Amino acid sequence: MLAHDRPTRTVPPSDHANAAPVLAPILEARAVVRRFGGRAAVDGVSLTLRAGDCLALFGPNGAGKTTLLRLLGGLIKPTRGEVCLAGHTLPGDGATRRLVGLISHHTMLYAALTARENIRFAAECQGVLDVEGETTRVLTHLQVLDRADTPVRSLSRGLQQRVSIARALVHRPRLVLLDEPYTGLDDVGASALTEALRDAQQDGAALVLITHHLHEGLALATDTAIMLNGRFAYTKQAGAHGIDVTAYQQQYRSLVSEGAA
Amino acid sequence: MTLPHREPRFLTGAWQVARKDLLIEFRTRSAFLAASVFAVLAVVIFRFTWDPTGIPAFELAPGVLWVIFTFAGLLGLNRSFALEQQDRAFDGLLASQLSRESIFAGKVIANLVFVAAVQALALPAVALFFDLSVGSAWWAVMAIVLLASVGLSAVGTLFAAIASNTRMAELLLPMMTLPFFVPLVIPAAQASALIMRGQPIEDGLSWLKVLVAFDLVFVSACVVAFPFTIEE
Repeated sequence: MLAHDRPTRTVPPSDHANAAPVLAPILEARAVVRRFGGRAAVDGVSLTLRAGDCLALFGPNGAGKTTLLRLLGGLIKPTRGEVCLAGHTLPGDGATRRLVGLISHHTMLYAALTARENIRFAAECQGVLDVEGETTRVLTHLQVLDRADTPVRSLSRGLQQRVSIARALVHRPRLVLLDEPYTGLDDVGASALTEALRDAQQDGAALVLITHHLHEGLALATDTAIMLNGRFAYTKQAGAHGIDVTAYQQQYRSLVSEGAA
Repeated sequence: MTLPHREPRFLTGAWQVARKDLLIEFRTRSAFLAASVFAVLAVVIFRFTWDPTGIPAFELAPGVLWVIFTFAGLLGLNRSFALEQQDRAFDGLLASQLSRESIFAGKVIANLVFVAAVQALALPAVALFFDLSVGSAWWAVMAIVLLASVGLSAVGTLFAAIASNTRMAELLLPMMTLPFFVPLVIPAAQASALIMRGQPIEDGLSWLKVLVAFDLVFVSACVVAFPFTIEE
């Protein structure tokens, strides 16, 4: 994904595609607009993501990041434009929806059920054949197997978040949408999450990661975007050595303060 | 890498949702306890305000029965989507492979079981306190109760889904559902009254037909309407 001069709203396909064989896009958003009443929460965003891409999305509160994520997941319909997942226009049918894994700062778990029951239920809903095997695999991966039979309401916030991540990854989605997934995680949890996301990336999943933590976001990102007032105000692609966090932080602060002014 | 999978069938998906809801209710028992206490209290209050010399039991009991069923059922319906709103579990459900119709059917099945459990408690309580004996026609009463419960659960589930997105869900749900419950409760109460009076079951057939017709209309309409109520 290439950086564009402001105030461009289009993020083209990644430049990685020049070096490697061109992969079919997993996710394509074309001039997506979503209005709530008269206000455009997302205003003409376009993006393309391929297998292994990770778009880190930054921006102040109210910039439209979560709305964009819900559009990309097919949870809400765009007012204008379209979102295509693996060639199918969202919201799509069940087969399209199962390609998405959704992680948010809301855990999306049932407090009265145990961690294992929550993940088993998610696996069943996604039509996973080996429900028990995949449930155990993902619990092990997120390092919560020893608390698998504890009701979620009795788990700490950090452990709940790890279970929530396990729930979203149990069916090995091709697109993982993450809204502030590091919220409430301790170091162990954050490392487990980063490792799980890297594995998902290597398995060919594309990621969209919303976070206020620049370090975590940039560590995984192949592409980044700063969102302001529903638009991509700045985009940048990670080079071979990643992205300089300090320089990016300055860029972010400058854009946000300009936007606020 | 995509995992081998099988798209859940309509009934399989519905059963998964219903089983999950019932397991949560079994663990917490909050709605069932509230509905059971309400049902028993209502029977007792009606019993002690009833003048047996003025109104015979078989005239009053059907009304009491259906008032209890209706309002006790509302307690369970409220909870049906409230548990989905905690930590936005419903987003996870909507993002899954299950069809919207399957999710709706699962919720209706769970609510039906809930309502049936409350009815299993309330029915003997009414029979006991009002000294009723339906004799060999008990199965007819059960059939009426079941038929009405299907319609009540379907309509209630649809409106519970709508109300759950509002800030006053507990207030809105009865206001929205009760007018739609009327066409179900009237034939159910009339048919129950006939049987409790000791009249032949054939006399109540016309009410049963009305009940079946409303069930068909309401269930079909609710299945079609549900996906639109959860769209944003």
